Amino acid sequence: MKFLKPAIIAAAILGAGGAMASPYDHAIEARQGLMDNLAFNLGILGGMAKGAMPYDATEAKSAADNLVTLSALNIGAYWPKGSDDEALKGDKLKTHALPAIWAKEGEFMGHYKALHEATLKMQIAAATGREGIQGAIGDVGKACGACHKAFRAPE
Amino acid sequence: MRRPLLLLASLVLLGLAAFWYVTRPDPLPPRAMAGLTGDPQHGKLVFWAGGCASCHAAKGATGADRLKLGGGRALVTAFGTFHVPNISPDPKDGIGDWTLQNFGNALLRGLRPDGAHLYPAFPYSSYNKMTHQDVADLWAFLRTLPPVAQPDKPHDLRFPFNIRRLVGGYDFLFVSKAWVVTGDLTPQQIRGRYLAEAVVHCGQCHTPRNALGGMERSRWLAGAPNPDGEGRIPNITPAHLKWSSTDIEAFLTTGLTPDYDSAGGQMADVVQNLAHLPKSDIAAITAYLKKVPPVK
Repeated sequence: MKFLKPAIIAAAILGAGGAMASPYDHAIEARQGLMDNLAFNLGILGGMAKGAMPYDATEAKSAADNLVTLSALNIGAYWPKGSDDEALKGDKLKTHALPAIWAKEGEFMGHYKALHEATLKMQIAAATGREGIQGAIGDVGKACGACHKAFRAPE
Repeated sequence: MRRPLLLLASLVLLGLAAFWYVTRPDPLPPRAMAGLTGDPQHGKLVFWAGGCASCHAAKGATGADRLKLGGGRALVTAFGTFHVPNISPDPKDGIGDWTLQNFGNALLRGLRPDGAHLYPAFPYSSYNKMTHQDVADLWAFLRTLPPVAQPDKPHDLRFPFNIRRLVGGYDFLFVSKAWVVTGDLTPQQIRGRYLAEAVVHCGQCHTPRNALGGMERSRWLAGAPNPDGEGRIPNITPAHLKWSSTDIEAFLTTGLTPDYDSAGGQMADVVQNLAHLPKSDIAAITAYLKKVPPVK
């Protein structure tokens, strides 16, 4: 029985390795994490805009600063060629990235730049109070939506 | 021998008469739009609420290009491919030579100026509940837009859907001027119903359809396959959409969900259009959505 244990562990490791089929898994996890980070910080500002949480100048500034930083990252490596939803159909790690991202790379990067510009405006607005956030969040949402509309497959 | 023949002949005649009656175009009375003066400023709001640019502007158009309504998009459906027409004020390729009465017949009755039926890919089954004044205002605004020289492409539909006369039968069976949500409504919910059911035409995507393409009014806004590709258009009745009013309003103005994901697909476009409306209208649509009967 003793020798069975290492065999089972080995099989489990191999099995897990088998499930991690694509060489793009890290990039996909990283970019989905990036989206989560954007959503998390946007959520703090959105909560204040909606009145779900009280306005707090320090928290608002931190969240807006984070959005500015996140949207300034060099994101090319997060979307390696071949990591689209068609090439990876049936793959374990789900991606909704459309092949159009690589066909229109300039447009794709342009959307991320537009997001950065919207977050810069948010950074100024977030310091002014709840109404400032309300005024600036529309453009941030618009930047998200414009890119998702063009480059993300529906659920 | 003569009796059965006569009977058969009269049955055929009766059938033809019924077909003629059921499929006949039913235009507005000749002076229905007379005396109305359109306000282009308000028409601009009707234009964005109605989402005209989402189909009639070129695919992917942004900024001022969303006001160039040359058409040309192809809508691929189970019935064949519809080619969106030019509705810019160009007198030759667009609708520059139409009258307000022509425009009223298109929106309120689903008819071309020559009296032939328009296909329901154009959402006259919603627009038919618009007020005549809103139609006049929208017309006044459309007249201010740049003409686009781009001839229409004919639709490419399968038999028998290529027979326009049959659309009259569709209208008879499935097109109603009655509101779906009825009962005790506040003025705000009534405004929201007008926007959602008539102008913004939410039901055209969010309500499932039967085999002939008629909306299933008993499953109003209960979700449907995406008419424009993969995936599903979600159920937005209170049975499924459990967001607070604040969250719905925030979504309709920013496109951001309560999880701070963003709307994609055609809804991103709708949110862009709705951004032009006053806050009170967004609140009205939200109040209406809360009143829609829940459907699992």
